[in-house]
Amino acid sequence: MEELVKALTIGVTNGLIIGLIAIGYTLVYGILELINFAHADVFMLGTAFTYFATELIVRGLGIPASSTLALFLTLLALPVIMLMTAGINASIERLAYRPLRNAPRLAPLISAIGMSFVLQNVGLLLLGPSQKAVEPVLPRTDLVFFPSGAAWFGIDEIIVLSVTIPLLLALRWFVGSTRQGKAMRATAQDREASGLMGIDVNRTISLTFLIAGGMAGAAGLVVALYYGQTFFQYGLQFGLLSFTAAVLGGIGNLTGATLGGLFVGIVAAMSDRFIEAKWTSVIVFSLLILVLIFRPTGLLAEQQSERA
Amino acid sequence: MTEMVRAPRRTFPNPMAGMDDRRRQIVILAIVVALALLYPLVYRRLSDAIPFVPWPDTAVLVVCATFAILALGLNIVMGFAGLLDLGYVAFYAIGAYTTAFLASNHFGVHISWWIVLWLAVAAAAIFGVMLGAPTLKLRGDYLAIVTLGFGEIVRLVFRNLGDITIALPAILGGAVLVGPNANLTGGNVGINPIDPPIIPIPGPWGNQLIFSNQNVIASWYLVLGLLTITFFICRRLRDSKLGRAWMAIREDETAAAAMGINTVTTKLLAFSLGASFSGFAGAFTGAYNTAIFAETFSYNVSILVVVIIILGGIGSLRGVVIGAFALLYVDRTLLPWIGDNIINDPMHDLGVSTGQQILTDFKLTTYNYLIFGIVLVIMMIRRPEGLFPDAGAKAEMHGVGIAAEVTGASEAELTVLGELEEVELDDAPDPDPNAPAEPPSTTTGPEAAR
Amino acid sequence: MSAMPATAAETAGDLLVATGCTKRFGGLIAVSDVDFTIPRGSIVSLIGPNGAGKTTFFNMITGLYVPTEGRITFDGVDITGDKPHEVVRVGIARTFQNIRLFGNMSAESNVLVGLHHRLKGRWFGAILKPPSIIREEEEAHARAMELLDLVGLGRRKDTLARNLPYGDQRRLEIARALATEPKLLLLDEPTAGMNPEETRRLTDFVRELRTRLGLTVLLIEHDMKVVMGISDRVTVLDHGEKIAEGSPGEVRADPRVVEAYLGRGATSEG
Repeated sequence: MEELVKALTIGVTNGLIIGLIAIGYTLVYGILELINFAHADVFMLGTAFTYFATELIVRGLGIPASSTLALFLTLLALPVIMLMTAGINASIERLAYRPLRNAPRLAPLISAIGMSFVLQNVGLLLLGPSQKAVEPVLPRTDLVFFPSGAAWFGIDEIIVLSVTIPLLLALRWFVGSTRQGKAMRATAQDREASGLMGIDVNRTISLTFLIAGGMAGAAGLVVALYYGQTFFQYGLQFGLLSFTAAVLGGIGNLTGATLGGLFVGIVAAMSDRFIEAKWTSVIVFSLLILVLIFRPTGLLAEQQSERA
Repeated sequence: MTEMVRAPRRTFPNPMAGMDDRRRQIVILAIVVALALLYPLVYRRLSDAIPFVPWPDTAVLVVCATFAILALGLNIVMGFAGLLDLGYVAFYAIGAYTTAFLASNHFGVHISWWIVLWLAVAAAAIFGVMLGAPTLKLRGDYLAIVTLGFGEIVRLVFRNLGDITIALPAILGGAVLVGPNANLTGGNVGINPIDPPIIPIPGPWGNQLIFSNQNVIASWYLVLGLLTITFFICRRLRDSKLGRAWMAIREDETAAAAMGINTVTTKLLAFSLGASFSGFAGAFTGAYNTAIFAETFSYNVSILVVVIIILGGIGSLRGVVIGAFALLYVDRTLLPWIGDNIINDPMHDLGVSTGQQILTDFKLTTYNYLIFGIVLVIMMIRRPEGLFPDAGAKAEMHGVGIAAEVTGASEAELTVLGELEEVELDDAPDPDPNAPAEPPSTTTGPEAAR
Repeated sequence: MSAMPATAAETAGDLLVATGCTKRFGGLIAVSDVDFTIPRGSIVSLIGPNGAGKTTFFNMITGLYVPTEGRITFDGVDITGDKPHEVVRVGIARTFQNIRLFGNMSAESNVLVGLHHRLKGRWFGAILKPPSIIREEEEAHARAMELLDLVGLGRRKDTLARNLPYGDQRRLEIARALATEPKLLLLDEPTAGMNPEETRRLTDFVRELRTRLGLTVLLIEHDMKVVMGISDRVTVLDHGEKIAEGSPGEVRADPRVVEAYLGRGATSEG
C-alpha cells in the first residue's frame, strides 16, 4: 500500500513536469497543427543549461553545493534559462517552420524531425555521449514519512511542485485572460480570420513558440535538479511521455495537457515500480497508439468528429 | 466540342522521347552496370594506386545497396502513396529476426536462407497489414507518430524478450507460463551466429559459395541482384493500375474514393508491399552479418531512410537509389575519412590545450545525424522534390504561391503557349467568330479544392 | 414535403429513389426529410439558394456523408450509407463543385483512374505483367483516349491536369467520371465560371450524354438558363427542405421558389 502511494507521488511529481512539456506540444499544435518534434530537445537543452549553471555556481564561484545560496542562485537562473530556451524555440520556428507555412502539411513535420536531430547533436556537443551528473544543489531531505517509517516525500518534491504549479497556473492565466492569450486562442481557431481581424499572426505564433520554449526550459531545470543529471538523449525519453500526455488530454487543450501529464506520469511510475522499467516505454507507446486509433481527440474531449 | 480540326500535333520537349536522350540514358545505364560489376574487383588496386581519395570499400557498397532496397520500399509508402512512415525500421527488424529464428542455432531451426528469405518477406508483409489496418485511416501527422511508436515498440520488444518471465500472480497459484528468464529473442546480445546463404558449388572460393561478410564480393553481387529485382518490381508497380491509384490517393483522397478506389485496401497494399521490401533487406542483412541485435534497429535508421528519400527525390525510383548510395557512402566512408584525415586530430589537440574533454574525444562520425538533420531542413525548404526527381514531382512539391511556375514549369509554360495556338485552331470552324477565346490560365475559375 | 405517393408503374422507371433523407451535423440540420426520385434516362436539376443543402444531398447519394435518417435505393439496390467507392461500383459517378482533379497527373492518367474499378488486375498482376494484364492496360489506354476525344481533350492527354485551362479541367472531370461507366452522372455546378459560349457547349454535351450514352443526369446548377433549357424536372431545396418540384415552367412560376431566391417581399406583386 505504501509502495502504491509512493509510486503515485512520484507519478504526480513527474506528471507535472511532463505536463509542463506537454503544454508546449499542445500550444504549438493548436496554433499551427504542427507536431514540433524539436520541442523535447529544447527541453533537453534546458537540462543542459541547468547543468552548466550549477557547474558555474559550484565549481566556478566555489559556492558549496549543499548551501542554500547555491539553490537560490540556481533558481535565479531559472528565468535566464527559460529565456534562452524560449529564444531557441522561437528561432527554430523562424528558421525551419515559417518558410514552410504554405507547404503541404507533412513538409514542416519533416523539417521538425531534422531540427530535432540538430538540437540533439548540439546537446551531444555540449554534454558528450554519456549522462552528466548535475551538482546536488537540490536538497533531498525527506520531510513526510509513512507510518512504517519509510520516506514518502521530501523537500525536493516540494520544490518541484512549487516551480511547476505556479508556472502552470500562470500559463493558464496568460492564455485565458490576457489580450495576447486571446490572440493565441483566436489564431489557433482560425488563422485567416484572425489575421483579418487585425491580429499579427506571425507575432502571435512567435509568442506561442516563446512560451512553449520557456515552459520546456523550466521543465528542463526541474528535471536536471530533481533527477540530478542531464543527458543529450533526454529529448527522446521525455518527448514520448509528454507527447502522449498532450494527445491524451486532447491536443490543443491546455488543461488536458496537464491532466494528461499527470496520467502519464502515474502510469510510468506504476510501470517502473510494479512491472519493470524496461517495459515502461512499450506501455506508454502502446497507450499513445491506442489513444490515437480509438480516441484521437483525447480522453477528455466531449465530441468525436464526423466519419466522412 | 466533339469534332476537332486535325491540326499538326505539337510535341513539347519530353525527356523520354528523342533519340539523343534515349541513347544518353542507355550509355549511363551501361556505365553504371559496368561499375557495379567491376568495382569490387578493382577496388584494391584503385585504392593502392590513388591513395589519398576516400574510395568506398565493397563492404560499404553492400550497406549502400541494402539501404537502397529499404529506400525503394519506403518510397512506395511515402513517395507513391503519400503516407509518412517513421517506423520503417520495424519491418527491417522483423525480416532480420525471422531469418535469425529460422536459420540459426537459437531455436535450432536451420532452413535454407533461399527459402527463409521469402518467409521473412511474408512476415514483414503480415505485420504491415496488422499495423496498417487500424491506423491508415489516421491523418498524416498522427499516422507518422503511430508508425514511430510501432517502430520503437518492435525494437524494445525484441530487446526485452531476451529475458522474460511471465507467471501467474501468487493468488492464482503463481505458475510460470513463460520462462523463467526465457530467452526468446536474444535480448541485447542478439542472435549469433546466423546461417548465411550458401550455394554448394565449389570454385576458387572453396567448397561452397557463402554469402556472408567473410566473402564481401560475392555478397555484393547477391545484394545487387536483390536490388535489381526490387527496382524492377517497384517500376512495374508505379506504372500499373495500382500505381495510379496510389498517386490518386496522394493527390486527393476524397476524389480517389469518388472514382471507385477503395482507399483503405489500396493504402494497406502500399504499406504492406513497402514493408515486404524492408523484410527483404532485413533477411539479407541478418544473414550477411551472421548476427543481429536489437539496438541496431533504432528510430535513427528509420529517419536515415527518410532522409535518403527526401534527398534523392520522393517518389523517384532512381532518385532514392542514388540517394542511398550517396548518403551511406558519406556516412560510412567519407565522414570517417574526413574525420581521420582532417578534423579529428586538430580537434583533439584543441581539446588537450583547452582541457575540454569533449574536444579531446572529438570524432566527426559521432555527429553524422547533425548533418542528416540539416539536410532534412534544407531540403524541405529549398528542394522538397529532391535532387533527382521524376518529371511531375517538381511541380507538385512547391505549394501555392511558391514559384511553381518557375521551377516545374518549362513544361507548363510550353503547354500554356501551346494553348494559345490550339484554342484558336479549335475555334476556327466555330460559327460564331465573335466568341471570345478563353484566356489560357492555370488558375481561373473557383479555387480548386486543396 | 413530398410529392404525391408514386405508383408502382412510376417507380419502376426510377433509377434513384431517396426517401426521408435527413442529414444532421450536431445541431445543424443540413437536409431535412427529402424525398427524391430520378426517373431512368431523365435529366433532373436540383436548385436552391446557397446553403440550401444541395451539395450535402449529393454527398449523401455518393457516400461522402452517411444520412442521419432516410433511405436511398439505386437501381433496386439499397445504397444508404455505402462508402464512396462502393457507390461508384453500383453505377453513380460525380464531378465536384470545386474541381477535384489529380493535379499532378496527366489528363490521360486522370481518366485512367476513373477506369480503376472496371479493371480486373491485382497487385501481383502488376508485378508479373502477364499478357492478360498487358492487354487490359492497352485497352484501358485506348478507352481513355476515346473519352478524352469525346470531351475534346485528345490532344492534351499528356498535359498535367493542373496546367489545363479552367474549361478543359471541367471537361476532364466529366471524362474521368464517365470512365467509371456510370448509369447516373451527378454534376455539381458544371458550368460555374464558364462564359456563355462554353455553357452552351456544355449543355449540348450533357444532352448528348443522355441521347448517345443513355445516361441519367442529376445537375446542381445556379445558371437558370441551363436549368430551364435542359431539365425534364426541377427540384428546389431551401434550408434543407424540398419546397417545390415539377417541370421547369411550373417551378419558375412557383411563388415559394421566387420567395426563396429573392426574399419575402419579392412575391408581393403576385
